[in-house]
Amino acid sequence: MTVAALNSNPAPAILPGSGGVRGSLSDLFWRRPKLLLLLMLLPPVLWLGIVYIGSLFALLLQSFFSIDEFSGLINRQFTLKTYGDLLQAANLDIILRTVTMAALVTFVSAIIAFPIAYYAARYARGRWKALFYLGIMLPLWSSYLVKIYAWKLILAKEGILTWLLAKLHLLWLLDGWLSLPVVGGNSLSVSSTGTFIVFVYVWLPFMILPVQAALERVPGNLVEASSDLGASPGQTFRNVLFPLALPGIVAGSIFTFSLTLGDYIIPQIIGTSRLFIGQAVYSQQGTAGNIPLAAAFTVVPIVIMGFYLWGAKRMGAFDAL
Amino acid sequence: MTSAVSFQEVSRHFGSVRAVDMVDLDIVPGEFFAMLGPSGSGKTTCLRLIAGFEQPTSGSISIFGERAEGVPPYRRNVNTVFQDYALFPHLNVLDNVAYGLMVKGVGKLERQKAAEEALSLVRLPGYGARRPSQLSGGQRQRVALARALVNQPKVLLLDEPLGALDLKLRENMQEELKSLQKALGITFVFVTHDQGEALSMADRVAVFNDGKIMQIGTPQDIYQRPKTRFVADFVGSSNVLPPDFVQRYSGQHRWGSLRPESIRIGRAAKGDGVAARLVSTNYLGATTRLALDADGLRLHAIVPAGATLPKEGEAVVLTFNREHLHLMDEPG
Repeated sequence: MTVAALNSNPAPAILPGSGGVRGSLSDLFWRRPKLLLLLMLLPPVLWLGIVYIGSLFALLLQSFFSIDEFSGLINRQFTLKTYGDLLQAANLDIILRTVTMAALVTFVSAIIAFPIAYYAARYARGRWKALFYLGIMLPLWSSYLVKIYAWKLILAKEGILTWLLAKLHLLWLLDGWLSLPVVGGNSLSVSSTGTFIVFVYVWLPFMILPVQAALERVPGNLVEASSDLGASPGQTFRNVLFPLALPGIVAGSIFTFSLTLGDYIIPQIIGTSRLFIGQAVYSQQGTAGNIPLAAAFTVVPIVIMGFYLWGAKRMGAFDAL
Repeated sequence: MTSAVSFQEVSRHFGSVRAVDMVDLDIVPGEFFAMLGPSGSGKTTCLRLIAGFEQPTSGSISIFGERAEGVPPYRRNVNTVFQDYALFPHLNVLDNVAYGLMVKGVGKLERQKAAEEALSLVRLPGYGARRPSQLSGGQRQRVALARALVNQPKVLLLDEPLGALDLKLRENMQEELKSLQKALGITFVFVTHDQGEALSMADRVAVFNDGKIMQIGTPQDIYQRPKTRFVADFVGSSNVLPPDFVQRYSGQHRWGSLRPESIRIGRAAKGDGVAARLVSTNYLGATTRLALDADGLRLHAIVPAGATLPKEGEAVVLTFNREHLHLMDEPG
């Protein structure tokens, strides 16, 4: 546009008036940005405050009630009796089993997830990156139950895994493993090993994605700098990559750990008849009608996660954030 | 004497891109060597070849006489100051500086003492407990320098280390780097796209373009006797003169270069001046830069501030000392 063309247009007003109600409303929000923020945040804050925290509080309250063993009615008086019930050998056994399983699932998920996340963050570009996300997310799109029943078939005695191992003449390995106490059983689908495998499969994406996000934020030149200063690849992993990925690993482990702690479907379909916390909650609030004990069981994972996060913070897991 | 770094016909190709193309290079031990060129000219790739982050597609590289191909970065006694410093965000300043000694297995007390000394060397004593995020850009730069120097490298590589600093700080750091290099006697290889920086700091400069070295020489060589049109134009934005123009004044049909400060501006024809028209003037403080049009040929001249100047659009006559007209190797 030439200068002449610019000049020939009618000059716009210096301060054109606001247009109608919508105009003055946006002017108001521009002058008072906090008002807009308040209006936008009020609904979710109310939702979180009342529905989320409120129900959590109600749950906590329930756990301090007790059940009258004769009438089966809830005695609404504060007592620690229900927590005392948690310490019975059978209940303690459930807690210990669940926590051990959750810890193992988390540990193994982290080990499997790291190389995948590292590849995705460092090397995958364009189409390969899309394929990575698709590969990680695709299992999440299908029904949880379908996946678990599919695994039941895979792990069954007549399943594809047994068939494959037989073809490879490795059946002795499986039989040897299944004959072990605790981890073994009649077949993988009714053993704790089976439960473990399915837990790792189902929760793995929740570990991979945060670790990948954390590694993505590590500038590539930090790895180069470490190498430049004389660190072997192993030393670079220990001193640079792992500490910087730790917030992601902690975030991922919060998912895998708490999801395993709370799940009641996988151990019911795959594994032994020994209960996990989730199943205990399910049966206590359902058939047994012992809401206080169910609530007390639910508090256990919350307390464990609290300690876990506190410990992670003490260890400096969030320092790099 | 063996070279600190020696390239023999080194090429590095990325697919069809020849980032570094048949480069020969010898860097003398203890010199301050600058690699100058526009972005994408291959200077940084050359630096990365010395550091070991890249491997040559062909050719051979040796560092103090030892063949370096296939040797990983962590087995080279060469350290790098990265463009954006690459300080470890999860470590404090002292641990950053001590990192190289830590991975080599030096004891905690000893390496912390060495790191403290390196921090005093870059004039940051007592900053060890801080996090890199708590430092200014200039301070981070010094930490990066200390982190490299504490390893007592044979060659220190600097990848545009002053690029992110503001002008005043950059000038201070230039002087400081130069005196540090003199005091330590370490070979410095410095990559920059800033010709002023290269000329003021380096003992020798290599000018890069399109993956090739256009010219290697002292700053005076490069500035006063550019070999090609590219060097003349890139280093100090010399006036590049076409062969027909040059023939009139030197008798030789070759490309020539004339520094803008060598041109004098007159109002009337005196002797064999070049008739031109003043197009525009740019006031630069100490000097004024004039754009001139000599019968279709665009020329630039720099005159000291305070000189009386013709008005824009006025006819002027340009004169210059014929000794200042430099003939380039490039044929016409």
